[in-house]
Amino acid sequence: MSAQEYAFIVLAVVGSASAIAVVTARNVVHAALYLVLSLLSVGGVYLVLGAEFVAWVQILIYVGAIVILFLFGLMLTKAPIGRDTLDNQRRWLGALVGLGIFAGLVFMIQDAFDVRGDAWAFEPVQATTEQVGSAMFRSYILPFEAISFLLLAALIGAVVLARKDDAA
Amino acid sequence: MVAETADAAASGIIRYTWVIALLPFISAALILFFGKRVPGKGSGFGILAVGAGFVMSLAVLWHFVQGGGIYASSVSWFSVGSFEIELGQYVDGLTAVMLVVVTAVSLCVHVYSLGYMHGDVRFTWFYVVLSLFTGAMLNVVIADNLIQLLVGWEIMGVCSYLLIGHWYEEKENSDAAIKAFLTTRVGDVPFMFGIFALIFATGFTTSNIHEISELVGGPGVSASLVSAAALLLFGGTIGKSAQFPLHVWLPDAMAGPTPVSALIHAATMVAAGVYLVGRMYQVFLAADPMVLQVVGIVGGITMFGAALLALVQFDIKKVLAYSTISQLAYMVILMSVGEAGRNAAFFHLFTHAFFKALLFLGAGSVIHAVHSNDMRDMGGLRRTMPVTFWTFVIGSAALAGLPPLAGFWSKDELLVAASEGHEVVFTLLLVAAVITAFYTTRMVLMTFFGELRSDAHPHESPASMTGPLVALAGATLAVGFLGAGPAGAVFFDWVFLEHPEAVELVPWVAGLSIAAAVLGVVVGWFVYRRYRDPDPTLEMGGFSRILVNKYYLDDVYLKGIVHPIRDTVSAGVYWFNQHVLDGVVNGAARVTRRAASAIGWFDRTVIDGAVNGAGQVTRGFSGVLRFIQTGNVQWYAVALFVGVIALTIVFVRIA
Amino acid sequence: MIRLPLILIFSAFLFSAGVYGVLARRNAVMVLMAIELMLNAVNVNLVAFAAQLGDITGQVFALFVIAVAAAEVGIGLAIVILIFRNRATINVDEVNLLKW
Repeated sequence: MSAQEYAFIVLAVVGSASAIAVVTARNVVHAALYLVLSLLSVGGVYLVLGAEFVAWVQILIYVGAIVILFLFGLMLTKAPIGRDTLDNQRRWLGALVGLGIFAGLVFMIQDAFDVRGDAWAFEPVQATTEQVGSAMFRSYILPFEAISFLLLAALIGAVVLARKDDAA
Repeated sequence: MVAETADAAASGIIRYTWVIALLPFISAALILFFGKRVPGKGSGFGILAVGAGFVMSLAVLWHFVQGGGIYASSVSWFSVGSFEIELGQYVDGLTAVMLVVVTAVSLCVHVYSLGYMHGDVRFTWFYVVLSLFTGAMLNVVIADNLIQLLVGWEIMGVCSYLLIGHWYEEKENSDAAIKAFLTTRVGDVPFMFGIFALIFATGFTTSNIHEISELVGGPGVSASLVSAAALLLFGGTIGKSAQFPLHVWLPDAMAGPTPVSALIHAATMVAAGVYLVGRMYQVFLAADPMVLQVVGIVGGITMFGAALLALVQFDIKKVLAYSTISQLAYMVILMSVGEAGRNAAFFHLFTHAFFKALLFLGAGSVIHAVHSNDMRDMGGLRRTMPVTFWTFVIGSAALAGLPPLAGFWSKDELLVAASEGHEVVFTLLLVAAVITAFYTTRMVLMTFFGELRSDAHPHESPASMTGPLVALAGATLAVGFLGAGPAGAVFFDWVFLEHPEAVELVPWVAGLSIAAAVLGVVVGWFVYRRYRDPDPTLEMGGFSRILVNKYYLDDVYLKGIVHPIRDTVSAGVYWFNQHVLDGVVNGAARVTRRAASAIGWFDRTVIDGAVNGAGQVTRGFSGVLRFIQTGNVQWYAVALFVGVIALTIVFVRIA
Repeated sequence: MIRLPLILIFSAFLFSAGVYGVLARRNAVMVLMAIELMLNAVNVNLVAFAAQLGDITGQVFALFVIAVAAAEVGIGLAIVILIFRNRATINVDEVNLLKW
């Protein structure tokens, strides 16, 4: 167990706990804040794994923009507070399915990889921003353009959707 | 297949003689269906049919008057094995005469009933049965084979029952009708057996009267069987013509309306028995002579017994009824004497029809005026009802046998035929003539002379009733001459195509018969000149008692036959019907009900259960399936994830 | 030296938590948040493999996912707000017009 692994495990625990908290919090704002925590820990995991650019982009976009969006959304829709108003009747079914998915995934992981042993231990490759940029703008330029198109469409769409209907 | 005799070249009306018998049947059907809606309530159809029949009958008779020949034709009705049953007509002089008689009397009765039955509760039905009866009698007369004759015979029996019981609201009327029907039935059974015996005796090939008459007496035909058949046939005559011991129904049958009595019990139905004997005379001749002796004895007993019974009757119709029985017995006795007797009997049948019908209709007129049948309630009616009086007198004179009326000539024939070697019969006939004249005079005097003994206000009857009276009186006056010796006795030429031997007027016989009739009239005059109360005939002690109780014969029948059968056989049959037959029927009904309720249970539980179950299953399925589309996105997500898990497992396992 | 399976299990856990959130939450915004969790789990996977294999493609892909997630959240929230305007509720149980 190396230091990286320790760091990872700590971050993983925090992230997992806060993820649980996100989906079970009674207060929506608390949930959003827990989401921040979770996303931050995920960003930390990226750092541990040597993906600097992705980590900062994660924090920047997710925590900085998306969670803010969530908060705005919650505010505009006057989200209520309380367990019964937040969770529906299907809690148990959702738990079941969630557990099922988790079990299935774990089973596949364990089937494909050796969990106990060190067969799959690796040293994370440090990736530089320059690598990311050159890969993106050379090999993956097409998806990049497509993504920008998508963002444009989303932008326009969001504006159109959220516009108040004027009496025409 | 139409078979015709050698005289088939006959043309014109005689080929269609059968139409005369068909017309009343058609009119009966018409009256039945349309009678109530037609003005005249159906009487028009009946009168038209019978009137047309009468005219046609006259035409047929004219054929024979001119010396025409016999005509016969038939069609096949159905066959039993090799035995064929036909529908046909056999038209000879006798048929023609009978046709005229039946249609004439029936026509008079139809017209008379317009007045007599006016306002009756079942006027239309009356005419239906009247037409039906006329049709049946005409059928009997023209029938060329025994089966057809039997059919008409039986229909007449039924119609007689219906007509006698016309006013069935009174129990005694329906009782009389049943008595008439059953008593004639008792005679019909031997009649049927007689027919079968005859058919069998002649080799089981034909029921045609003409053919049987020719075969009988030939070789190969068992004489004893023929004798037995003759006796059995006579049984039918005893029943239908009210001879001893089956005469008991005729007096009671007077409960029916008077036109019915006139038609049925004077002219037609009762005559059918005598007609039968005459038609089948070859059979009687071929049989053992003992048979004819039996016939004579029966006739003799009946004649005397009935004549005596007429003496103690107060109901005018009952007097006429017993008189009819007595006259029929006259004819029966004549039949037993031989062929000459047969001819004379037919002549008497012919004339008797007219004057007896006249007497009955006249009695009906009197009854209608006084509203009572009892002669003790009458009296002095000659002043208030002249037409009825004079026509009645004419009829009575004919009945008593006074010349020159019809009764005298036919009685004369009787006596002449009997005088040839049958002294006993001759004497009996004379004595009976005296008694006949006596009770006839009694009847006339009590009804029309003296003073009215009741509160009724009699007046002459309407024209529809007096018209037929006059017509019949005219006929009575005229027809006598048809058989009279001095006038040529053309009757026998027409009827039998032969001129019988003893038809001349034998003076001493004629003188005796006149003397007998006059004696009876004179004695009656003296006894009943003044009304006598109580009637002298009732004052003869034990003799009167016997007569009033009708020789106790009715009691014998009732206690000896009816009651035992009713209390044992009928009761047994009734019990059987109620418990066994009805039990079976009710039991079947119960079983059916149980089965039905079981099937109902089955239907409700199993079938409806299946149907409802199908519905429930569908509901169950739909209840499950509807979750596929709840509209809830998260539910869809659940389904999606579950599917993912499943597919994962599948792929991992397979791969 | 990090053991890869651990990272994968972490990612699986995040994903499951996201699934539970999607299925069990009533508020539409909460559901969107849970979806974000799921997307993050995928990203962790991508980056982990990129690190293990030394292939930069994983990280590039992860960036794309982030961009898409952002777009999706924007549109998603716009829609949620519209629904809220129309129905005065964003309870997913009550927005069931697609029901039969």
